[in-house]
Amino acid sequence: MDLLRFITAGSVDDGKSTLIGRLLYDSKSILADQLAALEQQSKNKEDGEIDLALLTDGLRAEREQGITIDVAYKYFSTPRRKFIIADAPGHIQYTRNMVTGASNASLIIILVDARNGVVEQTRRHSIIASLLNIRHVVVAVNKMDLADYSQDRYNDILIDYAEMARTLQLKDVTYLPISALKGDNIVDRSPNMPWYDGPALLELLETVQVQNDTDLQRGRFGVQYVIRPQTDDLHDYRGYAGKITSGTYRKGDTVTILPAGHTSRIKTIELGGREVEEAFAPQSVIIQLEDDIDISRGDLLVNGAQLPRVDQEFDVLLCWMDNKTLTPGNKYVLQLGSRSVRSVVRDIQYRLDVNTLEKQWSPGQAGLNDVVRATIRTSSPLPFDGYSDLPAGGGAILIDETSYVTVGACMIQ
Amino acid sequence: MSNEAKYRLDYLDQLESESIHIFREVAGQFERPALLFSGGKDSITLVHLALKAFRPGKFPFPLVHIDTGHNFPEALTFRDELADRIGEKLIVRKVEDTIVKRQLTEPRGKFASRNALQTFTLLDTIEEFGFDACIGGARRDEEKARAKERIFSVRDEFGGWDPKRQRPELWNIYNGRIRKGENVRVFPISNWTELDIWNYIRRENIALPSIYFAHEREVIDYEGQWVAVSPFIRLDASDTVQRRKVRYRTVGDMTCTAAVESSASAIDDIIREITATRTSERGETRIDDKVSEAAMEDRKKNGYF
Repeated sequence: MDLLRFITAGSVDDGKSTLIGRLLYDSKSILADQLAALEQQSKNKEDGEIDLALLTDGLRAEREQGITIDVAYKYFSTPRRKFIIADAPGHIQYTRNMVTGASNASLIIILVDARNGVVEQTRRHSIIASLLNIRHVVVAVNKMDLADYSQDRYNDILIDYAEMARTLQLKDVTYLPISALKGDNIVDRSPNMPWYDGPALLELLETVQVQNDTDLQRGRFGVQYVIRPQTDDLHDYRGYAGKITSGTYRKGDTVTILPAGHTSRIKTIELGGREVEEAFAPQSVIIQLEDDIDISRGDLLVNGAQLPRVDQEFDVLLCWMDNKTLTPGNKYVLQLGSRSVRSVVRDIQYRLDVNTLEKQWSPGQAGLNDVVRATIRTSSPLPFDGYSDLPAGGGAILIDETSYVTVGACMIQ
Repeated sequence: MSNEAKYRLDYLDQLESESIHIFREVAGQFERPALLFSGGKDSITLVHLALKAFRPGKFPFPLVHIDTGHNFPEALTFRDELADRIGEKLIVRKVEDTIVKRQLTEPRGKFASRNALQTFTLLDTIEEFGFDACIGGARRDEEKARAKERIFSVRDEFGGWDPKRQRPELWNIYNGRIRKGENVRVFPISNWTELDIWNYIRRENIALPSIYFAHEREVIDYEGQWVAVSPFIRLDASDTVQRRKVRYRTVGDMTCTAAVESSASAIDDIIREITATRTSERGETRIDDKVSEAAMEDRKKNGYF
């Protein structure tokens, strides 16, 4: 059994919460007492029906206002897969929350209202999916029951979306017609749309191929912590503890230590307390090297011929997440994996309109939820990969040096 | 074997690796972390994951137990034996002592729970040792306020959680920087479900306190839940004490944890029962969570785990 992390983006009106509620309900992940609590709360709302959206809105303020403010994580499984859903708000003022939820997703479900077709919000969610490099996109044309289950309507929407997907270079896009409310094509194929011959949503989620998403060529291992027992029998033990984010590592392999640039050979690899010949992403391991080199937290042990870039200046696409504005010249801590360096944002080239993809040149500043392209300079050389190429090596956060709050998400270009 | 199959990782391995990564981030980012240990299956799983994260080294943190005085004796024995077996430091601080020192008012009633008073002892303990990070075994599938909480959850000096001021948490990057007085609660098994934990316990052969398995016990029927007879609850004339075969699905205080009727004597039986059940873990076993739909959110805002 493997694991799929996906995100659903949208507002209550799209039927996003109903869809998640439906998946949980129909896969029997909602239990009797939770359902009873739901019925109780739905009664308070006076419209009689069980409101599946109440299941996903976890905070009092969200229930009161009937909106999703923050990302919630939901879990369900079938005999084939365990699923982790990042349930993210879809309104423009919560773009940062959606970016947060999208950062760990390998698939996104984009809901399109069959009556409205591709609208501004659809475009925004697709643009964010493309920025964050989500590998698999599922376009679920929802509320088909309100569009007479019309194949023509569905095909029109497909043609519209396909054109946009081309501009955004979305690679793996799958379409399906559903009604979350009525359960059409959610768990079982719907008799109301015999013209659709693809799988129902759940089957699609169970079968989408994700194992090839992990790059096994370029070895990247960031040191999180150095283990030195300093006991009599382990006097010389010096183990580098970390997680392999891509690639494979074998005993005897020569690795390059970045940013310093030294090389050494792998003496041992330990996985959960036992020695192994080989380890691969995304395993957490301990590596010992043949040579005694000064290596500490944040250093990268790289395997394979393709090395990351090591530089002090680079361009990023940046999603700004703080109420304070970003002004060129501002200094932040930049954290990439376990490595932290001081940094300065030198120049903001353009602001990207996430509804239209239009570029607004030289905006001067960036505000909450803005996506901009900027140049960053760091206090010391930083090893990194291009985000679109190798996400784990090219995603970084900016941290305010005085409040310590996470204020920005960078995708290194 | 094809490369595809060779380099595929089972979901439990993926969850395990994520948790180990979180543990090591705590070790790398904080001066004085602590692992909050309750003696329940989730914190026992945390200890198992910490062993995988740090052996052959020592844990870079002590185990800390906030003892309400209402624990199951089996859980306390297990706690001491575990700490002894792995050779790690155990710190115990008692709610009883905080009640005396701070002149706290004990709740009254049939099931006078010290659940809320734990927060006072926890905050005192954090201050006493200067802990900057407390690792806990909360899972997001337990409850809907928990489903919204970050893996690194920054708390103010009163331990309070402000859901509106949560830091964005992206990729596998954790920001543990805090200002003086603040501390971080870290939840390495956030993404595990109850069933994941049981499947992992089975796979890894992790030892648990005996009360997780079916045993005979004197209980009373309280609104459809089986509550163990103990010196900590008040028996009324209307209560009928019965001897039943039960097990615990969660292990909290004797005052607020209910047992389920069961004949499951091995992990496989337990997993079968949980897979078949139609009631959630907290709904079936916690007497304290039914008070209001925002009970957990409120407790977290007040400094609870």
